[in-house]
Amino acid sequence: MSKIIVVTSGKGGVGKTTTSASFATGLALRGNKTVVIDFDVGLRNLDLIMGCERRVVYDFVNVLNGEAKLKQALIKDKQCDNLFVLPASQTRDKDALTQEGVENILNELKEEFDYIICDSPAGIEKGAIMALYFADEAVIVTNPEVSSVRDSDRILGILSAKSKRAVDGLDPIKEHLVITRYSPSRVEIGEMLSVTDVEELLSIPLLGVIPESESVLSASNAGVPVIHDIESRSGQAYADIVDRFLGEKKPMRFLDVEKKGFLQRIFG
Amino acid sequence: MSSEVLELTSTSSTNQSAVELKGSVFTLPILVLNSADLNDIAAELASHLATAMKFFENAPVVIDLKHLNDNSLLLDFSGLLSILAEQKVIAVGVRNGSVELNAQATGAGLAILKGGSLQNILDSNEEKSEKKAAVKEKTQPNEKISPNEPSYRKTKIITQPVRSGSQVYAAGADLIVMAPVSPGAEIIADGNIHVYSTLRGRALAGVRGDTQARIYCQSLEAELLAIAGNFRVFEDGPAKQFQSKPIQVYLDDEQLCIAPLK
Repeated sequence: MSKIIVVTSGKGGVGKTTTSASFATGLALRGNKTVVIDFDVGLRNLDLIMGCERRVVYDFVNVLNGEAKLKQALIKDKQCDNLFVLPASQTRDKDALTQEGVENILNELKEEFDYIICDSPAGIEKGAIMALYFADEAVIVTNPEVSSVRDSDRILGILSAKSKRAVDGLDPIKEHLVITRYSPSRVEIGEMLSVTDVEELLSIPLLGVIPESESVLSASNAGVPVIHDIESRSGQAYADIVDRFLGEKKPMRFLDVEKKGFLQRIFG
Repeated sequence: MSSEVLELTSTSSTNQSAVELKGSVFTLPILVLNSADLNDIAAELASHLATAMKFFENAPVVIDLKHLNDNSLLLDFSGLLSILAEQKVIAVGVRNGSVELNAQATGAGLAILKGGSLQNILDSNEEKSEKKAAVKEKTQPNEKISPNEPSYRKTKIITQPVRSGSQVYAAGADLIVMAPVSPGAEIIADGNIHVYSTLRGRALAGVRGDTQARIYCQSLEAELLAIAGNFRVFEDGPAKQFQSKPIQVYLDDEQLCIAPLK
């Protein structure tokens, strides 16, 4: 059975696309046929983060309008055979998305893929609603910061009221919390919300915590999802998240301030 | 604040709203129909009214349909309403109708008043649609309490968190929320409000004027509390002493009082 997973947040810039890219890659690396779709029509980013921006010929809106077949628009990832990207249009806007059109494309994708990851745009308007409407599960990306938490709470309200599952009275969307840009040292001095604070405010099960890391920026620049960087803490944290999602029990890492040894402190 | 739904009074403001919602009780005469034959109805009604004309002139009546629920007898509602209008009787609603007859009545602009043996069927239909959405984005309190309604209304129970931007309204009843209420969420009840978790948003109890209504919660971090329209805003949050402790809120001489539960 295919699963549609939306990666959303409400707030912009918290790490949805970064998470979509690494989450989809992780699933594909573990043998699942995965497609990741960019729902941010007009402000597309997923193709950059996935490193396929020069290979976009047809996009999501072309397929919606019948100007291209789905097979022509899907881009196969260079690093992983199981992974495909469906990029958004850069020139159109969100009005190009219709519920019926999106449903048709998702149904076609369901025949071929195990996991369909929908990278949502920020906000609670049409693009975001369209990305979450058909979801079976949701990954809520949140920064440990008050406005991000407030917006995530709002999007959770919308998931439980405006998604297809809510409207049709089916089993509710399964929600997962991913906290990104976590800095244990700032939490320690009381500058940043802790994992417990965010969990308490949002009341959804925690899937994982991604520590703040320079490797994320390097990964975007290189067009390689950070999960491929096995040395980086963020990359490892994303790998943990995928394992937990697939049912493995993994303890949370990178939550404590790194104690630097004597030599490390001298030599950096 | 959803001003089309409620009116709130702060200690120093004046009331200037276009609409006020209040509850009330009316005694209405019941017109029991034993037949769907409009001619018979017209004739008998005329003879009844002849003996008590002034009392029933322009009086609102409720039509009792319990004897007409056999499917073969579908009442011609518009015909009936014409007859009543001719005799200066105003039908405002029906009771004890079958689902089909109720649909006809609604089509003719009549209200469905609850009361009597078909109450259970109507209630279970309501429960089915409520299970579909535990929390609606917005609910409008447009139900009036009629004298034919049972005086006990089931408490509304919410088990999922009430998220920012959501609103829950328990009409004519108490409200129990068994999960946190987020900042920016609104919970409203005509009766009492119990939150068996942390209350962070806004809670308004006794909104139709019940000054005896109370608000209970396990931890108070609310933005606004109100009972029977008397409200208090907590700009810097409620006093630290009320957090992480079971709390009750009640109205004493139009002043909102907060006290620990022990």
